[in-house]
Amino acid sequence: MGSSSGRILVDDARQVRRVRYPIWVFFVVPLTALLIQIYLPLFQTLRFVAKIDLPLLVTIYFALMSRSQIRGLTIGLMLGLAQDSFSRFYIGMYGMCKTMVGYFAASVGMQFDVEHSFVRVMLCLVFYIFHQFLYWVLQRAVLDQAVVFDLPGEAILAVVNSLIGAALFHFLDKLRIRE
Amino acid sequence: MESLLHRYRNITVLFVAIIAQLAAVAYQVRRDNDVPLLRIWAVSAVTPVASAIENLRSGTFGVFTDFFSAHGSRDQSRALRTDRDRLKLENQLLKNELAEAQQAGTLAGFKAHSPSKMIGARVIGTTTGMNSRSILIDSGYFAGVRKGMAVVTPDGILGKVLEVYPSASQVLSVTDAGFAAAVESQKNHTRGVLKGMGSSSAKVDYVPDGQKVEKGETFFTSGDDRIFPRGMPVGKVTSVEGGAAFQTIYVEPFGAEAAPEEVFVIVDPVHQEIPDAAPADAPVFMGPDTKGAEGASGSATQGKGTQADQIVEQYRKIGAAQNHVYGEGTPGSTAPNFNLKVPGASAVAAGASGAVGVSGFVRRTPRLLGASGMTGAHSAISGAARGASGGVSKP
Repeated sequence: MGSSSGRILVDDARQVRRVRYPIWVFFVVPLTALLIQIYLPLFQTLRFVAKIDLPLLVTIYFALMSRSQIRGLTIGLMLGLAQDSFSRFYIGMYGMCKTMVGYFAASVGMQFDVEHSFVRVMLCLVFYIFHQFLYWVLQRAVLDQAVVFDLPGEAILAVVNSLIGAALFHFLDKLRIRE
Repeated sequence: MESLLHRYRNITVLFVAIIAQLAAVAYQVRRDNDVPLLRIWAVSAVTPVASAIENLRSGTFGVFTDFFSAHGSRDQSRALRTDRDRLKLENQLLKNELAEAQQAGTLAGFKAHSPSKMIGARVIGTTTGMNSRSILIDSGYFAGVRKGMAVVTPDGILGKVLEVYPSASQVLSVTDAGFAAAVESQKNHTRGVLKGMGSSSAKVDYVPDGQKVEKGETFFTSGDDRIFPRGMPVGKVTSVEGGAAFQTIYVEPFGAEAAPEEVFVIVDPVHQEIPDAAPADAPVFMGPDTKGAEGASGSATQGKGTQADQIVEQYRKIGAAQNHVYGEGTPGSTAPNFNLKVPGASAVAAGASGAVGVSGFVRRTPRLLGASGMTGAHSAISGAARGASGGVSKP
């Protein structure tokens, strides 16, 4: 964020620099996100944590910063499948959603100045809604489940998740390798 | 051709990844969600970490508790006095309940069956997913847990085992949208199907309009689903609305009210009777405590645990004096004499003991807890369940 130029769009996609991280970050951060999501909601006062899709936020962050569609979709695929493993639903449902999110987030990362806080909040908001909508579509189309898409509720959660995402991104920025 | 592939490489990889996962989902749907290796690996990898975190949290919490309790001994003393008064009140209620149970003749029903066999387990995590309400417990295949087994807490039913892994199990909570169980109301014996809603409450479906269900009434498991044994408390009715054909009944499940740390998996379910009297909010007459009872409870308080724990101890003494081992003996066999005068066993306990004498204490769970919702009763029941055989309820 500190290096943000104040402009939202980048002039030339080829000029954007790929951010590098230590290898352990790619293991520890996703694992921590998963553990937080499965462990903290056990406590009565921390049940709201279940509503925060930390694996999705981590996927968006690494996809945006990697600016590589292959990397983005790989991160999304891995995190989605891991999340599926702990859900009671079929393996691949979150995997597909997060693969798509990772791919498109990386595509967007090449067009926007993703160091900009406002851009990050908006992207988190959009991708959260996209992710939930995609999951709902898959539930209806693939599994033939009569689930309802609660747009107002999802919109509120999207705002909450995007604000938490902005703070999380700020923290994850500190883990990058300085050049 | 090569340049074409290179040009569309990214979108091709995306396409392949999506198709592969779609095929995986289709395969699972076709095989009725058979557990893939990936799920077992992931759960097995995280279970030790989650257990370690839980142990660390418990340990850290214990250290802080000790520190603050040492510095706040005055507050603690005051709190203990308050607790003692509260426990006296609870114990009095418990005595009344036990005596009432004896008078109602529920002993015969309890004696006729042996208690459900249970495995104690600790909750180590929740599972992810939208509208998904399920938890992970630290007992799995090796501990004897099998898919479809009922999971309960001292408060009531919690859910059923959805998936079993080597060292952990996934439990579908009673509030999950995919949960269903056969239930029966306590007062009017109206039958229905309990369904989770993905929120903190649940609803009872398929109750025709003519059938009477009152707000505040308690639902118990009916045993028709062959998962939950009959007579386990389910929840209290919060609202009843008439419909075109069926009523809309909302229930607040007892087992899901608080986040449980320990649960029991029923491995050998035994049906029990649904108590006739309203177990919750029943006005129980409380007379002044007698001196004898005061003395007994006073001495008991100096011992260990609540008075409920003391009563359990007194049963043990009475049993030991007659060389009787609780949990043994077939239905109809001679029960020990609970009126026997044994040093250290009070008359109150002996009189009340007939209600729970032969078959242990777990079967009394619905009535005891429903009537009082007491921590003392919880302690007695779960203490007896765990202490007797390492988490297996049958003494």
